[in-house]
Amino acid sequence: MSISTKSFALHAGLIAVLFALGFLLPTYHQGNLARIMVLATYAVGYNVLFGYTGLLSLGHAMFFAAGMYGLGLAMHLGGLPPVPAFIIGLIAAAALSTIVALLALRTIGVAFMIVTLMFSQAVFLTILYLGTYTGGDEGFVIAQSSRQILGYDLTHPLTRYMAALFVFSAALLITARMMQASFGQVLIGVRENEERTTMLGYDVFRHKLASVIISGTISGAAGATYALLFGYVGATFGSVQYSIFPLLWVLLGGAGTTIGPLVGAVFMFYLIDYSSGLTNAYMLIAGVVLVLLTLFARAGLVGEIRKRWIAWLP
Amino acid sequence: MDFGPHLLLAILEGAVGAAVLALTALGLSLVFGVMRVVNVAHGEFFMVGAVVAWFVADTVAGHPALGFTAALIIAPVVAGLIAVLVDKLVLKQVEYDPEATIVGTIGVLYILQQTALMTYGPEPRPVEAPFSTRIPLPWFEWGENGFAMFYPWGLSITSYKLFVICAAAAVLVAFWLIMSRTRYGLIMRATQLDRETALAFGIPVSRVYSIVFGIGAGLAALAAVLIVPIQQAYYLMGAEPLLLSFIVVIIGGLGSVRGTVVAALLIGMSDGIISVFLSPTLSKIIATLLVALVLVFRPQGLFGTKAA
Amino acid sequence: MTKTSMTTRRTLLKSAAAGGLLAASPLMGRFASAQSSAPIKIGFQQHSTGIGAAYGRWYGRTTEAAVKLINDGGGINGRPVEIVAEDDGTDPKRGAEVVEKFANQHNCDVAFGTLFSHVVYGSAPAAGEQKLPYFVVSEGHHVASGALNRYTLQPGITDVKSQVQAMAPYVAENLGKKVTMIFPDFAFGHDHRDFFTAAIEAQGGEVLEHIAIPPTETSFTKYFPKIPRDTEVIYHVMVGPAVLTFVKELGEFFGPSAPAIFGFIDSLEAVDMASPGLEFLEGTYFWEGNPRYAQADQTSHDKMFRAAVGVDDNGASLSDSKDVSTYAHMFGCWETLHVIKAGMEAAGYQGPEDRAKLIEAVEAMTDMPESDAHPQGPKLFNGKTHQVFGVQYISRVEKGKLVKVHTTSIEDTLYEDEVDYTTMSF
Repeated sequence: MSISTKSFALHAGLIAVLFALGFLLPTYHQGNLARIMVLATYAVGYNVLFGYTGLLSLGHAMFFAAGMYGLGLAMHLGGLPPVPAFIIGLIAAAALSTIVALLALRTIGVAFMIVTLMFSQAVFLTILYLGTYTGGDEGFVIAQSSRQILGYDLTHPLTRYMAALFVFSAALLITARMMQASFGQVLIGVRENEERTTMLGYDVFRHKLASVIISGTISGAAGATYALLFGYVGATFGSVQYSIFPLLWVLLGGAGTTIGPLVGAVFMFYLIDYSSGLTNAYMLIAGVVLVLLTLFARAGLVGEIRKRWIAWLP
Repeated sequence: MDFGPHLLLAILEGAVGAAVLALTALGLSLVFGVMRVVNVAHGEFFMVGAVVAWFVADTVAGHPALGFTAALIIAPVVAGLIAVLVDKLVLKQVEYDPEATIVGTIGVLYILQQTALMTYGPEPRPVEAPFSTRIPLPWFEWGENGFAMFYPWGLSITSYKLFVICAAAAVLVAFWLIMSRTRYGLIMRATQLDRETALAFGIPVSRVYSIVFGIGAGLAALAAVLIVPIQQAYYLMGAEPLLLSFIVVIIGGLGSVRGTVVAALLIGMSDGIISVFLSPTLSKIIATLLVALVLVFRPQGLFGTKAA
Repeated sequence: MTKTSMTTRRTLLKSAAAGGLLAASPLMGRFASAQSSAPIKIGFQQHSTGIGAAYGRWYGRTTEAAVKLINDGGGINGRPVEIVAEDDGTDPKRGAEVVEKFANQHNCDVAFGTLFSHVVYGSAPAAGEQKLPYFVVSEGHHVASGALNRYTLQPGITDVKSQVQAMAPYVAENLGKKVTMIFPDFAFGHDHRDFFTAAIEAQGGEVLEHIAIPPTETSFTKYFPKIPRDTEVIYHVMVGPAVLTFVKELGEFFGPSAPAIFGFIDSLEAVDMASPGLEFLEGTYFWEGNPRYAQADQTSHDKMFRAAVGVDDNGASLSDSKDVSTYAHMFGCWETLHVIKAGMEAAGYQGPEDRAKLIEAVEAMTDMPESDAHPQGPKLFNGKTHQVFGVQYISRVEKGKLVKVHTTSIEDTLYEDEVDYTTMSF
């Protein structure tokens, strides 16, 4: 089997397993996995920029929030149905990521980190400042009755799970396909050696610009999906914390791997969920596990597997 | 309040914040500059400094100045030792790999926060200032009756806040002298410039890294001790100094003491000064965007020489 | 913390192990009459970590004490109550997850306990979808505003709208009519801004200036010059870890020549009044949800409540005088648990299939007289808006202690209904 066939099989297999789990898991874990898949979509978006292009952003929460508020405000204040509202969410995220990219891409390295962090902080404060419309820190609830598409009730556990799976699969397949295309190879080239990529005649800036926009828009899609499926829009999702989460998930799962973001998000969710069942001091456990992971699985979980056993892993 | 006194007050208050921020950022700048690692737990060393200061002040009986002075010495040492331990157990093991360091120090952050929550508790607690007299400040004006001096309503500062500014300035000067005039400073600068060459010249780079990491944490803790009589020790207090000092370090330009101080003043004062004209939250938004734009159009920072 | 065995659970476990010994205990006899002796599980969404941890700790202690009292009195419908506590990290996303965990993993009968209003907003949709009755103790206006759903109720603590508007008559009459408000620039602060401004205008007063402090701010003096010179009353409310700095800096700013100061105790909740720098508060006024210091006319109910939770006459922990309670809020947990008990008894609650019946039973409640179950004072429940109303207290700082100077009537706190949840389907 060629590598691209293998990776297609892997992704198709993963989606099939997730599909089956939708029917097999007990309600509680079904609900969790639905949530995790939405968050993993966010991490997939983040991975495009960080894992493949090598640009570390500390401000992705603003894209997640753009999608979330784009959809949320369109439904809550505008009274739009979910599908047009979702498109507005995507447009909001794409527009914001374009603006941010045009400014922030003048910088690289740590300066890029800080610029994205500060833009995101400004977006977060703006959400609070416009509290009359956004509900400030409290946010707002999207009415249960309006969360329906084509007669499917997105608040029903299985429907919700399948909707989350649909969005996650779309993000996964788009990025996997993208990385096999020459576009993705150029991005990896930028990560590995930007100067050489420039010398080879590629327009590095355009590729980076596209990478930020794709990454930001996928993150926004995740934000819009979260609001739609779980019915809540709030400023916390725009805070620094939510910029660091996708970085953490991607690093845990393995930066620059297609399935790493999902693995990282699952791992972190259940690490907190289970250790909080053992002790009140679960953050201590989480902290120790993170330190151990750095020591013994530096490339992330999927990254280590690729390094040690399965070299073709996409 | 009139415009002039209001502005003066905004500047004075900004200076207190900037002084503490400069110290914290200096610690981060040292670590970042010499070791090239992103220490996400830097803010937690700040928090540890504040929490230890509370424990020390709570234990030492007598005049508050005694406890405060003891805290000034003990807290940085404790934070420094923890940092050295983190360096040995984690950072050295991953050979300062940038990505592994981020995850590892996030882990350390969780550990320190949870430990503080379990031992110290969730409440913010105050440390009594060694002295704190309210000093009303005069204002001068050319009025109808010629030159006049008066005390506007609310225009004042406390003696302790003035002390914080002076103390931070003293530490900054001392640090600059050590870095530029002593053998230790030379070793650190050499390690920063070129790790391999430094190794070849027999500099114990590994030990230098440990010491640098310890000093960086110690500076953050020292800044925290200075601030706890004004603010309170709180187990989640580390987030803001972490973010702000990152911004300061990058805006100032890596490894530049001068840049760090200027950037700390810029960031510590800008939102206060803008808020003289606009509503507070809007001022924060504008200040944040302005600082980001500084970096967009000068990516190497104010005083950096090359791209970071 | 999945199942923090609070007193109840520990007692039960011990009892179970003790076997024969148990049969002789009076406890068992009381529980024995029930059809099912399986415990009623109440999911307790607790702010154990995150910004609400100081409140969460005291909410935990109050809950523990209330459950002990309920179980000592025979439990609910003859069944013991078990608290299943889960930390929500004071985060709305985790809050929703925790609610689902209560419903699907722990099989809780109801959920309760949330304080921070963004967590309530984040969790309420999950409660509605899981059809899990969700009793919040948040003092937010979210429930009564109609933004949530039929499964979310606030029967144990009054909301910010009623608290704020009840203050206006006293402030206008006794402190002054020209007010400057200082509040945090997020939803909780905006509620104060909107409701108090309207209320003071109704009293013939006016708000000269609204000073909204950005969230996460740690230094405040720079904003105080915005206070107009002709201000007669400062109205302040602040939440979060920087509250003490805020109040201290307010004192330093004014020095000896301050206007009258009226604050919400939120600005000093869980903070020792004897902290250095607070001396200037002498003679200023505070809203208190429940007087922190035992008053001269203390009721037997308050005395009993204090003793049960482990709070001394100064509002601090009996075991550590520096560990100051969140006295103005935490009674809400106690009263809410008693409402749940009364509701379950009225509905003949047997299990999750009776959840709708439970909500209807609570909706049918009206008067809640002052009693051991309602130690803060008498209450009036509005079944349509799912919100309780009750008396509010105003205290004055005298010799470093808060002394009650005014008690509002319940009527002062009422406002027009904004929603009728009873018309919504389950």
